[in-house]
Amino acid sequence: MSIIKSIEQQQVKKDIPTFNVGDTVKVHAKVVEGKRERIQVFEGTVLKRQNGGLKETFTVRKISYGVGVERTFPLHSPRIEKIEVTRRGKVRRAKLNYLRDRVGKATKVKEKK
Amino acid sequence: MNKAILGKKIGMTQVFTEEGHLIPVTIVEAGPCTIVQVKNTEKDGYNAVQLGFGDVKERRVNKPTKGHFDKANVPYKRYLKEFRLEGSNYEVGQEIKADIFTPGEKVDISGISKGKGFAGVIKRWNQARGPMSHGSKFHRRPGAMAMSATPARVLKGKKLPGQMGHKLVTVQNLEIVKVDAENNLLLIKGAVPGPKNTLLSIKETTKFKR
Repeated sequence: MSIIKSIEQQQVKKDIPTFNVGDTVKVHAKVVEGKRERIQVFEGTVLKRQNGGLKETFTVRKISYGVGVERTFPLHSPRIEKIEVTRRGKVRRAKLNYLRDRVGKATKVKEKK
Repeated sequence: MNKAILGKKIGMTQVFTEEGHLIPVTIVEAGPCTIVQVKNTEKDGYNAVQLGFGDVKERRVNKPTKGHFDKANVPYKRYLKEFRLEGSNYEVGQEIKADIFTPGEKVDISGISKGKGFAGVIKRWNQARGPMSHGSKFHRRPGAMAMSATPARVLKGKKLPGQMGHKLVTVQNLEIVKVDAENNLLLIKGAVPGPKNTLLSIKETTKFKR
C-alpha cells in the first residue's frame, strides 16, 4: 500500500488554497486551441468535492447566458494553473445539488462572516 | 524475444501525464532477477535463460532446489522461470533489473488470473438469461447441447459451466508509462491479470513494433 501512496504523493499539489463547498472560486484552466495554449478562467460556486488524495475532484457551477454550466476538475491536474477563492460561502450541506433546481436569486449562497 | 523480467503486482492507481491526461496504471515491482541457469543448444537443445525472483529463507527451500541454486552459486529465490531470450551475453549470476525497459515501450504481461470458481454460462460465456417470470422455466441454463439424431453428440468446444479464471492469461501490447529503477518499479498503462502480490512475467511485446 505504501508504494501506491508514495507514487500518488509525488503528484499531489501542495499550493492549493483551502476552499470548501459553497465558495465562489476562479479556476484558471489551460485550454489548447489548435497549437496555442491559453488560460481560461471559469468562475462559479463549488458544488461538491469528491474522493480524496490524488483522485480528488471538484465541481464548479455557474450560470452562463441563462444556462447552468458545470465543470468537474481533477484537483491535482497539471492543466489547472491556479485556483482563486473570491468569496466564502456559508452552507450546511456537503453537496449543493439543490442549487440545480433553483433559479435567479435563490441560487445565491450566503456569505460567511 | 530480447527482454524479459519477473515481477510482482502491487496494485493500481492513476498518474497525470505532462499534457494533463489522467491515465490508469498498474504498479509492478519488477526484479531484481538473478540468472540461475543459462541453457544452450549444445547441452540442452535450445537457448534459454532461467530467472529467479523474490528472496526466500534458506529453510523454505527444499534440498533438490537448493542444489540447483548452490550449483549456480546464487542466493535462494522463491520463483524460477525460463525465458527464451536471444543473444549469448548472459551469464549465471547476472542481475536483470527494471531499467532494461524504457518509458513508451510496449510489453506483454502474463499472470494467473483471479479465480472465479465454478461459474455458469452467463458469467463464464456472457450468455443471456431467459425470462424470470410469465411461466418461463428457462432461467440461467446453458440451453440446447447440439442437434438431434445427427450428430447425436455434444460438439467439442460447447460453452458450458465450469472453472472460470485462475489460468494463465497474457495481455499484449501494454505501454510502459514510467520506470523507477531505484525502487525496481514499473508503471504500466492499464490492467494486468491476477490479484495483488501475484507473480507476473513481463516480456517484450510480440506485436507489430513501430
